[in-house]
Amino acid sequence: MSRFAWLPDYLARLAREGVTALADDRDALAPARRVVLAADDWGAAGRIAAAVGCRHAGLWGDPEGERIVVRACLVRDGDYLVLETTMPLRQPVLGSHTPHFPGVDRLERHMQDLVGIACLNHPDSRRWTRHQAWSDGDFPLRNDFPVAGRAAGRTRADADYPFARVQGSGVYEIPVGPVHAGIIEPGHFRFQAVGEEVLRLEERLGYVHKGIEKIAVGRDPVGLARLAGRVSGDSTVAHAWAACQAMERATGCEPPPRAATLRALLAERERIANHLGDIGAICNDVGFAFAHVQCARLREHWQRHNQVLFGHRLLMDVVVPGGVARDLPANGADTLAADHRALRKALKPLFAVIDDHPSLDDRLLDTGRLSAEYASALGCTGYVGKASGQGFDVRRDAPYAPYDGLRVDVPVGSEGDVAARVRVRMAEVHASLDLMDQLLTRLPRGDLVGPLPEPESGARGLGCIDGWRGEILTFVRFGADGRIARFFPRDPSWFTWPALERLIHGNIVPDFPVCNKSVNASYSGHDL
Amino acid sequence: MFRILKQSLRTGLLTEPAPPADGELEALGIELRRRIDVRLGRSLALRQVDAGSCNGCELEIHALNNAYYDVERFGVHFVASPRHADALLVTGPVARHMEAALRRTWLATPSPKLVIAAGTCACTGGEFGVSYASCGAVENVIPVDVKIPGCPPAPLDLLRGLLAALLPERRHAPRVPLRARPLAGSPTESLVRSKGGEPGA
Repeated sequence: MSRFAWLPDYLARLAREGVTALADDRDALAPARRVVLAADDWGAAGRIAAAVGCRHAGLWGDPEGERIVVRACLVRDGDYLVLETTMPLRQPVLGSHTPHFPGVDRLERHMQDLVGIACLNHPDSRRWTRHQAWSDGDFPLRNDFPVAGRAAGRTRADADYPFARVQGSGVYEIPVGPVHAGIIEPGHFRFQAVGEEVLRLEERLGYVHKGIEKIAVGRDPVGLARLAGRVSGDSTVAHAWAACQAMERATGCEPPPRAATLRALLAERERIANHLGDIGAICNDVGFAFAHVQCARLREHWQRHNQVLFGHRLLMDVVVPGGVARDLPANGADTLAADHRALRKALKPLFAVIDDHPSLDDRLLDTGRLSAEYASALGCTGYVGKASGQGFDVRRDAPYAPYDGLRVDVPVGSEGDVAARVRVRMAEVHASLDLMDQLLTRLPRGDLVGPLPEPESGARGLGCIDGWRGEILTFVRFGADGRIARFFPRDPSWFTWPALERLIHGNIVPDFPVCNKSVNASYSGHDL
Repeated sequence: MFRILKQSLRTGLLTEPAPPADGELEALGIELRRRIDVRLGRSLALRQVDAGSCNGCELEIHALNNAYYDVERFGVHFVASPRHADALLVTGPVARHMEAALRRTWLATPSPKLVIAAGTCACTGGEFGVSYASCGAVENVIPVDVKIPGCPPAPLDLLRGLLAALLPERRHAPRVPLRARPLAGSPTESLVRSKGGEPGA
């Protein structure tokens, strides 16, 4: 099927409803297509996009001088379409996309809190990312807001957030967090339960908001790559790659083939390390310590090889603008091949146990079920989407180098429970090992870094990388001085956090940890 | 069940083998064990607080519990409540949205208590620094006893830092005379003077 086969239908429907596309071009954010709309038509364009079966991949505001540009990314059949509109800074109002795409609820509230765009007809008027560090009416991403902020002294606790209430005989509330009992990131969960059964879960996030979008402004490309590598430390390769890809597309830089191959090796190693750690942790959450210990040892072994081969246990700062910062050591390819063989051998008996063990089955099957309808409506990607029938994978469906020359197997499940997410991740580990073997056999010789041309003023790029959690979308715009003017990394967790709120329904409170771990959305990647 | 036993027997012990003369982990661990015995009596209870980290430090702190390091054998364990803790292990620059929570966690920890800032961000603010959203280093919010740089600090760096936290001159530690003399040329000498936080260097 040719690219954008669905787009004429979408544009025709827009036209039928009186929505005019002011511009339609292929180059502004290639390989994505861009359609420019009037601000008044924004809500209708979202409604029609939902009707033609698009997935919403997020939206973000970009204050440029006296105006604000808002972009939304829609995906269908692996084709990326960016809707764009411009509003005056003085009266930024847009129709909300949330009524048609529930997954963008918090992205719109984030945009409202940080850029100051009011979303009309949004079903939830509460703030989201803003707690008490800045006041209502201040918008940190506006150019007149100082990076140091306006508030002096201590920041108050966010005590008066209006959580939704559930009332009735025997209903009680459990507040959890932001400081959790384990070694995990902070966030607040508000459960309403009767007996052991969860009636409702409401998440309150934003605790690790570090102002990433604001402090990115003014950085040079190398500095941005470092920052992107710390959007979510467990996805450092994927986020750094997405940011670098966006900058490379903005400047017309093509990383050398060897660099692309090494990046893919790094990304697959990151995927395997995280899958191993999480599969073990899920088993641990239901008291199956054996699998936890085994997975943790394999992960440690894997990380030690990362240190030897790439100089960092988590592979931070290896992906740089234009390529990669270091090459494999002389015998690196052989070491990697041996590493893959050893892991396969170790996983065979281990995964056989995890896949078919009565105690695990009893706890994981039918626990935390996310229906295909919800997964699709929310726009979940990665293992959360795949375990609920959403087979999208950027590496296969919108491939970038070096995946465009590889066969990428995408495991898909239909049950949508914790067990299905574990199975998808086990299958992904094997698929990644196969991919890495393919990459090693065709590891090209040559340069590690291609020069990144001086960015033109206003140059923009969209990066799209399949991280281990799913699709990462990153937007970059350069300013007049060749430095970053806007950086927006959209982690897949934006869409899997709301999935957690739904899949917990009807489960018992003590199963929350395992449900949460099976989703393992990023707090840092979401809070920014 | 048989498959599991078979796998366990086949895999064998995974803790690091008894070290040769310079086995760093064992030397560190034994010294740490000794200091814990002297200063705290048997165990060091840690409460980890992520105050704004990117989650990189958490991954490495988790690694301390894997079979390779297995820090519980040295008397270090992680507890679920600050009420049970001897020390707070704080990561991340302190996000302003976590400022009150961190302060309250610190207040909830019984004195005498130690605060260990783990990771470059916790030590200096790191990549995030001070901004409208970040207070920067942990010491900008609560008093810090020991800093462990690194982005993130590797498990061995974390162990070195824990050892440093128990050195006699630390102000919040109980004043118990040290019976054990520091080993000459021991790893503690290079403590806070760490290898620096530049990853991939």
